[in-house]
Amino acid sequence: MTGVRVAGVGLTHFGKHPERTGRDLFGEAADRAFADAGVDRSAVEGLNYGNFMGELAEHQGHQGPLMAEAAGVTAPATRYESACASSGTALREAVKDVRNGEADVVLVGGAERMNNLGTAGTTEALAIAADDLYEVRAGMTFPAAYALMARAYFEAYGGSREDLAEIAVKNHDNALENEYAQFQRAISVEEALDAPMVADPLGLYDACPITDGASAVVLVSDEYADDHGLEAPVAVTGTGQGGDKMALQDRQYLARTPAAERAAAEAYDDAGVGPADVAAAEVHDCFTIAEVLALEALDFYAPGEAIGAAARGETTRDGDRPVNLSGGLKAKGHPVGATGTSQVVEMTRLLRGDHPNSDAVDGDVGVTHNAGGTVASTTVHVLEVTE
Amino acid sequence: MTDDTRVRDEGFDDFLDAVEAGEGFYLECPDGHGSLPPRQVCPHCGAGDLGETPLAETGEIETYTTVHVAAPEFDDDTPYVTAVVDFGGVRLTGQLRDAAPEDVAVGAEVTPDVARTETTGERILVFR
Ligand SMILES: [Zn+2]
Repeated sequence: MTGVRVAGVGLTHFGKHPERTGRDLFGEAADRAFADAGVDRSAVEGLNYGNFMGELAEHQGHQGPLMAEAAGVTAPATRYESACASSGTALREAVKDVRNGEADVVLVGGAERMNNLGTAGTTEALAIAADDLYEVRAGMTFPAAYALMARAYFEAYGGSREDLAEIAVKNHDNALENEYAQFQRAISVEEALDAPMVADPLGLYDACPITDGASAVVLVSDEYADDHGLEAPVAVTGTGQGGDKMALQDRQYLARTPAAERAAAEAYDDAGVGPADVAAAEVHDCFTIAEVLALEALDFYAPGEAIGAAARGETTRDGDRPVNLSGGLKAKGHPVGATGTSQVVEMTRLLRGDHPNSDAVDGDVGVTHNAGGTVASTTVHVLEVTE
Repeated sequence: MTDDTRVRDEGFDDFLDAVEAGEGFYLECPDGHGSLPPRQVCPHCGAGDLGETPLAETGEIETYTTVHVAAPEFDDDTPYVTAVVDFGGVRLTGQLRDAAPEDVAVGAEVTPDVARTETTGERILVFR
């Protein structure tokens, strides 16, 4: 089985770009990934593309061939939809294709256009990641779902809004030097606590923003990288995926995320590493509480222990294991279908040394954690510097 | 769109009808796993032999939130309390009615009912 290397990565700016179409955004991210990879786009044998709500935001289905055109590739293209984990899932399938010898070069990415819908429209659109009959029709919004999980967590293990605010402050700090981030702006705990409530205990600063953007990664086999003299020091060495019941009410746990636990265990096993080997992580902090749940699922902390990690300085830039050095979904932004691959873009740059926060990474192993809905689906990937 | 124009969702609307009539139920497989209709098989173990078990008269609030920013269909309903309530065999998600947000607590006993939303007049599962 061949290894899978990250030959090149590309992002658009993440932010408010309501007038830019999904195809325009993805075309830019893919172009940057090809330039970074030094791979000719004619070598691409498949496009795996993640997008969540294109039917609602752009009245556009069947986005695979559209995005292949946008990227200037003629290879067959498939869209993956797994809510906020869409492009993490697209990436996992691409890793399998390269390992299986099905393809030597795969373009993976995702895009989402959201701001053209406005806040109410986006709230409505995001809700389709939940169970329509038993959650959405009961008035459960996406922030409400995470608020229900946050209160369940506080009930089970303790924790406070201050603990959550520390996570938001950390991720905003991390985004200060990230030119792709939506918010390159520091915030304070007081500002976060004083912000308007969205769904208590979660306020505006506990939530990721509404973001337009795209991400792309060129994956190649070891053989292709060697034969073409590519400089591709980072490899995807582990992949895992986990699932759970769709509706929060049907889950065994309201304050734990077994789908992510299973994805992490599989990815660690696949890579032959353990949580103690991980130097940095990019995790799916769509809400501050989601970062807590992610760190516990990744087995960096036992259940109930990660709530104070940011406040204790363990996951900050200077901590033992920095988390979301990109700024995370919270400060970098969350163009839903683009997020999974954007985490791999950031981690690749963090590990190979050309990210503004690379100096905070003390080691060669990073993980990315991409969760869909209220963590009914999750992918986890292990990235390592292997040359 | 209100219920009067929406095509019924078999199973789900039957469930709401039953709750509204005070005859709420859930589906139970031979191994005792609970689920909500419509189901061909038990989502937990795949068993096909599902029977209807009466829903407990009251359930316990397991977690809740006060929603301040809602989707357009619930615009005029805000702020409202969404709760997940444990009825033993199943949990249900719905809006808490007839209670001030500051009086809501985890562990409080509530009864299920069906009401209409302020914004669109759609039927909605509620707890009182
Ligand atoms: Zn069963």
